[in-house]
Amino acid sequence: MASSAIPASIDHEDLFPAALVQGDNDLHSVTETVCGVLEAPKPPKAWYPIFGIAVALLGVLGAMIVYLVMTGVGVWGNNQPVAWGWPIVNFVFWVGIGHAGTLISAVLFLFRQDWRTGINRFAEAMTIFAVVCAGMFPAIHVGRIWVIWWVFPVPNQMSMWPNFRSPLLWDVFAVSTYFSVSLLFWYMGLVPDLATVRDRAKTKARRFWYGLFSLGWTGSNRHWHRYERAYLILAALATPLVLSVHSVVSFDFATSQLPGWHTTILPPYFVAGAIFSGFAMVLTLSIPARKMFGLEDLITARHIDNMCKVIMATGMMVGYAYSMEFFMAWYSGNSYEGFAFVNRAFGPYWWGYWIMVSCNVLSPQIFWFKKARKNLLLVFIISLFVNLGMWFERFVIVVTSLNRDFLPSSWHYFSPTWVDVLTLLGSFGLFFTLFMLFCRYLPQVAISEVKNVMPQAHPHLDDH
Amino acid sequence: MSDYHFPRWTDRVRPIMGYAAIIVPIYLVGLMTYAFSADNLNRGYAPEQPIPFSHALHAGELGVDCRYCHNTVETGAMAALPPTSTCMNCHERVRPESPLLAPLHESAESGNPIEWVRVHDLPEYAYFNHSAHLSAGVSCVECHGRVDQMDVVRQEESLSMGWCLECHRDPAPRLRPSEHITDLGWETTENRDVLGMRIIAEKNIHPREDCSTCHR
Repeated sequence: MASSAIPASIDHEDLFPAALVQGDNDLHSVTETVCGVLEAPKPPKAWYPIFGIAVALLGVLGAMIVYLVMTGVGVWGNNQPVAWGWPIVNFVFWVGIGHAGTLISAVLFLFRQDWRTGINRFAEAMTIFAVVCAGMFPAIHVGRIWVIWWVFPVPNQMSMWPNFRSPLLWDVFAVSTYFSVSLLFWYMGLVPDLATVRDRAKTKARRFWYGLFSLGWTGSNRHWHRYERAYLILAALATPLVLSVHSVVSFDFATSQLPGWHTTILPPYFVAGAIFSGFAMVLTLSIPARKMFGLEDLITARHIDNMCKVIMATGMMVGYAYSMEFFMAWYSGNSYEGFAFVNRAFGPYWWGYWIMVSCNVLSPQIFWFKKARKNLLLVFIISLFVNLGMWFERFVIVVTSLNRDFLPSSWHYFSPTWVDVLTLLGSFGLFFTLFMLFCRYLPQVAISEVKNVMPQAHPHLDDH
Repeated sequence: MSDYHFPRWTDRVRPIMGYAAIIVPIYLVGLMTYAFSADNLNRGYAPEQPIPFSHALHAGELGVDCRYCHNTVETGAMAALPPTSTCMNCHERVRPESPLLAPLHESAESGNPIEWVRVHDLPEYAYFNHSAHLSAGVSCVECHGRVDQMDVVRQEESLSMGWCLECHRDPAPRLRPSEHITDLGWETTENRDVLGMRIIAEKNIHPREDCSTCHR
């Protein structure tokens, strides 16, 4: 069909999406752009204040953990009946954010979504740092942090063994598997790029460190052949994890017999929410980062447009889950379930519920408009709203279900303490410290993969 | 500048890595199982006491019953250590001039107790009640060994949680009739399992295994 036959009402761009690499780039200039960030003698000016604040918050986190371990979990607001409180809210929040990485790198890879190449390195790094933050919370939440090894099946003099019927134990395995597979996937993808940096290195230290971690990569055909196989296998291994990890996290709630938790919708609802929040965090990070490090040609408006669509879709799935929970609470005829949901929306934490709904369900609706998807400032703000809304979703699930349990005499209004607040802020410090170091010292975009989707990589480029 | 190359010796490391991947985990598991086991860490503790009191002499040769000194063992959680006055019941007259007994007489005169070193020391978070075990028919010897043959008391068993649970899960072979409870050398021709099952039925014994039994 000739292009003249296209009706005028259809946007040209919808049929022929923009090239994945914009500007006047060839294979060499992509390498120059990405490596230029980490080869520059100094990072961009904005890097220093962000890194400084992140390290300061990391220090706050360290202080809070020391204070917690020295004193006990009483420094938090957790108390019966709300025994889970903020630490578990934060855990689910961070582990949810950690879902976009594997989705982008594994699932979109298997579905041959070429646009993933621009953002996958970014998203995978974010995944790993988010899972680090997530893993920290259950570990410190046990209170007696020195016996955390009890969660692993290690033979011991106490004849004590983890309870394999407990979803909390499944969680230990799910999250640690997810972390190791994500790390492996990320690192393996880095190897060819690290070798590129090694080959361009001007100092001895750089040559040594990038040389060590690029594992002797020479870029021979045999290397590439094995690399592609291994990448495919890892992608296939990681794909079920995208679904399984947050399903298992949801089991922590769904297998307990508490109204508001004990529902079968929880696993898909959690997975959709995780992808939703993960993509929001990728946007929150990539919109400023592409500008700061001059990667606008590689992480283009098309990438952001696609991510906005994913956010809109998953946001509506989450919205469907919210409404279906209410429908089931009414349809089941169970008065406890009914009360739990009325309490959620109109009880003492009504504000949490409505923040969640307006941030997660209403705010992404603006992405129906192409203009909104093209307005980077607006996209950035909406991504912040989604992050906020998803934190509140976990808060609503954990706190509103627990604070009014079966016995009205034990009802209790949960409020966080200053230690709760500073620990959450501190976890952002940990996340951004790791992320800023990544931005400065590792290639932020998968150089070799981006080159694969460029027209120059096409063998018939010239006689097209 | 030339490329970075891995030095030649790394080629020799590579084949060893395979063996290391097998041996290191085995070594670590072995270390955890044996070196850190309570059996090896706790057993055999035999501290020196202020007076070289010999249980082998008093409880063994002379046949003093355990309960003469540890008199609260059947009624209380603690098996009491005897006060100086208990020793003085005999040592007022027996070998009053012995230099080994000097701290005893000193204590009797001043009224300050002798600071004995505790051998069997359970952590504070573990609740243990002697009377409950004795009334069920668990003899002293099951946990403390043949104290009547020890010159210096030493810890025979690991006193680990796993060791406690072993008996709570299978108490029968460790039970005996109440009248032989302090007879450390007691033996019977009857099968201990059969005897134990009979005692369990008679006394309606249900050793509990839930956390709050011991961690209250």
